[in-house]
Amino acid sequence: MNPLPETSATYEISFSVNGEVKKVFALPMERLLDVLRNDLKLTGTKEGCGEGECGSCSVLLDGMLVNSCLVPVAQANGATVVTIEGISVHAKMKYLQEAFLECGGAQCGICTPGMILAAVHLLEKKPEPALADIREGLAGNLCRCTGYMQIFEAVTNAARRKVTK
Amino acid sequence: MRADPAEYRLVSPGNLQAVLSLLASEPAQWLPIAGGTDVMVLYSAGKLSNRKLINIWNIPELRQIEVFPDRIRIGAACTYTALRQHEIVSREFPLLATAASWTGGIANQNRGTLGGNIANASPAADSLPALLVYDAEVTLISVRGERRVAYRNFHTDYKQTALAADELIRDISLPRRFSGYISHARKVGARNAQAISKVCLAALGQISNGTIRDVRLAMGSVAPIPLCLTETERALLGKQIEPSLIDSARRTVAKEIRPIDDIRSTARYRAAVAGNLVAEFLEKLVASETNA
Repeated sequence: MNPLPETSATYEISFSVNGEVKKVFALPMERLLDVLRNDLKLTGTKEGCGEGECGSCSVLLDGMLVNSCLVPVAQANGATVVTIEGISVHAKMKYLQEAFLECGGAQCGICTPGMILAAVHLLEKKPEPALADIREGLAGNLCRCTGYMQIFEAVTNAARRKVTK
Repeated sequence: MRADPAEYRLVSPGNLQAVLSLLASEPAQWLPIAGGTDVMVLYSAGKLSNRKLINIWNIPELRQIEVFPDRIRIGAACTYTALRQHEIVSREFPLLATAASWTGGIANQNRGTLGGNIANASPAADSLPALLVYDAEVTLISVRGERRVAYRNFHTDYKQTALAADELIRDISLPRRFSGYISHARKVGARNAQAISKVCLAALGQISNGTIRDVRLAMGSVAPIPLCLTETERALLGKQIEPSLIDSARRTVAKEIRPIDDIRSTARYRAAVAGNLVAEFLEKLVASETNA
C-alpha cells in the first residue's frame, strides 16, 4: 500500500486561476509558469531569467507575490492564482494602467505584467506608499528599458488616484 | 540544459510524520522543498542532482512562530516575509528582521524560508550571521526522535552541516535576552537590492563607561561557513574603546577570517571591508553612549 501519488506521471491539478476553477494534467515538477502559459494559454505572464531574479513571471499565489518560475505546479494544487489577465479586468488595474501609460512606465513590455502584479501586491498592503516602499516593493522586478523612474512615478500616481477617487 | 520534469518526482505527504518516514526510508535520496527559491533555481538549470523531492511547504507546524517567555521558536519553513511581519522578531531580533529584508525581492521573501537558508548552507547567506550572534539553537527531527544543536556548531565546512541524511530542520530557537543590546547589521554588495553579499556583518554589543561589557560578532562571505569572530570578540571584551583598540580589532578580524577571491569580490577587498565594518560597529557602540 502506497499512500503517495504516482508522481513521475502527470496527475490532475485543480486550482483557481483568475477566479475560475481550472483542472490540468501536469507533472508535479512542471513550473507554474509553464502550466499557465502552455496549458492555460495565459501568455501575459512572461519568462525573463527563469531563475527568480527578474520578476517577469510574477503572479499572486494565495494572495502572495511569487515568481512563478520557482513554483512547482504541485504546490499550486488547491491554491488561488491571479495572473495579469485576472488583474486586467479588475477595477484597480484601471489606475495602474492609466498611470503606466501617462508616465511612460512601459516600453518593450516584457517586465510590465510583473511590475503591475508587484504594484498591485504593494498597493493592497500599503495604499499610500512612500517612494522607499515603492522601490522596495518593485526591487525584485527588473526593467531594461525605462530606467525605473517612470515606473516609480506611475505607481505613485496610481496610488494617489486610487486614494483621491 | 533545462531539466525535464518527467525525470523528477515530487510528493506532498502533507504531514510531518509522513515526511520523516519518507526521509528515513531512503536516506539522502529525498530532498525537502519548501518555497523553492534555491531548489528550483538548481532544478531549472539542470543542476539538481536529487531526482526525488518532498514538499514541506504545506506542513503547518513548520510555519509557526511561537513565543515563550524566555525564547521564540521559529518554524523552519517560516518565510522572510513572516519574519519581517512578526512583532517580537522585529523588536527583539532586529538583526534577523533586517537580514530578512535584504534577502531577495518581495516575491522571494514570500517564498524563501529560514530553514531553507540554513540547509542550503551558503556562506554568503545574509540571515545566518544574525542567527549566530543571537545564539540560535536548531531542532533537528527524524523518525529516531529530535535533537538540538547549537547553531554555531551546525555548519562544519563549506556546504557541510550537522544534519543527518534522514533529518529535517524543524525549528530555530532564539533566547530572548538580547533586547538591551546595541545591534548593527551591515551588508556590502554590488548594489543595495538583491545583490549577494561581498561581506555582511551581524553585531551585538553592550557598553558602559566606554568599556565593552559584551560583544558578539558574526560575518557572512568571509569563510567557507558563516563565521563567528570569536578571536575578535575575546580581544574586545572588557576593553575601553579607543583608536588603538579599533586598529588592533581590524588586525584580529583580518587574521580570523578566511576570505577568497570569487566572482563577487577579492579576498583583499573582503579583508579590508570586514575590518571596516567591525570598526564602524565599535564607533556606533561609543556613539550610543554619548547620545544616550
